[in-house]
Amino acid sequence: MIRFDNVAKRYPTGREGLSGVNLDLAAGEMAFLTGHSGAGKSTLLKLIGLLERATRGQVWVNSRNLNKLKDRDIPYHRREVGMIFQDHRLLHDRTVFDNVAMPLVVAGMGHAEIKRRVRAALDKVGLLNKEKSPPISLSGGEQQRVGIARALVSKPPVLLADEPTGNLDPDLSREIMELFLQFNQVGVTILIATHDVDLVRSLGKRVIKLREGLVESDTGALD
Amino acid sequence: MAKREPKAPKFRRNRNPLTWLLRHAQNSVAALGRLTRNPLSTLMTAAVIGIAIALPSGLHLLIDNVRSLSGTWEGASSISLFLEQTLTDQQAEQIRHTINLRNDVAEATLITKEGAMAEFRRLSGFGEALDLLDRNPLPAVVLVVPSAAHSSAEATGRLARQLEGYREIEMAQVDLQWVRRLDAIARTLERGVGVLAALLAAAVLLIIGNTIRLEIQNRQSEIEIVKLVGGTNAFIRRPFLYEGFWYGLIGAVIAITLVLTALSLMQGPVERLAGLYESHFDLTLLTSGTFMAILLGSPILGLAGAWLAVGRHLKRIVPD
Repeated sequence: MIRFDNVAKRYPTGREGLSGVNLDLAAGEMAFLTGHSGAGKSTLLKLIGLLERATRGQVWVNSRNLNKLKDRDIPYHRREVGMIFQDHRLLHDRTVFDNVAMPLVVAGMGHAEIKRRVRAALDKVGLLNKEKSPPISLSGGEQQRVGIARALVSKPPVLLADEPTGNLDPDLSREIMELFLQFNQVGVTILIATHDVDLVRSLGKRVIKLREGLVESDTGALD
Repeated sequence: MAKREPKAPKFRRNRNPLTWLLRHAQNSVAALGRLTRNPLSTLMTAAVIGIAIALPSGLHLLIDNVRSLSGTWEGASSISLFLEQTLTDQQAEQIRHTINLRNDVAEATLITKEGAMAEFRRLSGFGEALDLLDRNPLPAVVLVVPSAAHSSAEATGRLARQLEGYREIEMAQVDLQWVRRLDAIARTLERGVGVLAALLAAAVLLIIGNTIRLEIQNRQSEIEIVKLVGGTNAFIRRPFLYEGFWYGLIGAVIAITLVLTALSLMQGPVERLAGLYESHFDLTLLTSGTFMAILLGSPILGLAGAWLAVGRHLKRIVPD
């Protein structure tokens, strides 16, 4: 589902985000991306969501070579990749419902279908009773779950999360991770960047450790 | 060697024209809704646009009126007949008399050579220089005012040509000079108004562009998130384009109101002025051409201004 062939990313400032990463994530797989800050975790996720383009090597997502994807096709690619951020990236002048509905509105879905899907997504993250609230009135954990509902509402095959539990206490973090495990069980390919090594270890999933833009260790490399 | 990937599925693009139309309708209404949520600032921007459009439109209409006025006065022209130099004053008077008897002539007046010289001396300021001439070079002139039934430009021209056929008359000149001058002034002003209109159209473009630019800045985080969840550039552009369109349309309505108000305020004095000249004149308030030009042109300017702003600023907003 996701493949990196000797991928490097050098920023215009000269900083090297990645310096030759090889990676293969099968469809339906779930993996964690760990490493110190600056090791390249965020860069790797950005390359998958095409927030950045690789300066060398090839990135494949859902059988598409992202190097060959035209700029005008990027929006369509992003509809297949749900993204979750540490700072949630919610719009505070809109209700929870409207925030979660955005990917569907953008894709031009009908009103009734949007309502049904948003409700279903909010139900999955346990926030159905908050659909009319503004995000600011929710706790950090709840806001993150709104972000997750938004990433999932269009049922993308790939889900990326950058430090989704970065600001949460251990209990809430575990809750969030268990949500991800549930989604993985229904076939979503998930890649999560996190600092939380203890939590990751306890979940028993594949762990890819980055160090200075390279893969240092990978518990589940296929070949 | 990288292993062979299965063929990538094609992206699903929404090409249903009905959905497309519906989305445009929604966007259009939503943009109007956003504008009405800030009625004061919307009205102020639209008023600036309205004034900028009303100014050249009003001037254009005013000049149009002046030109139609000069058209109606063209009939009040006269013909100058320059007589042969060799004629005596008596012969000249005879000619005047003959012409005066024609039924297409209301009045014929003679200006003798001496009279012409005296007038020239008085008006030209060449008094002393003229004394150096050993003889009077000016011809006698008969001023002919056509009768009312023959006062149209065409009939006057025909009369002038007939009179030119007289042996004693060297040249006949239709005196439309002042009418022509008025017309020429109106044309010059019209050109000026054209330049003014172009400048103010550019101003409208910039005003709307700037308004939309601020709007884009205010909604930067929203644009970033829309880009993150897969919104196309067209999707992001659309609401701003509609806002530009509405600004233009509201501005057009304001401009038309302003022009109508200003011209109808002038109507009374103009009628009184025309009355003093024992004539009647109706001020043309708004031709359908001008009306349509404002109503179509202003929204197009709005769209264009928004397009420029969005094109310039949207690319810069990139999610990270």
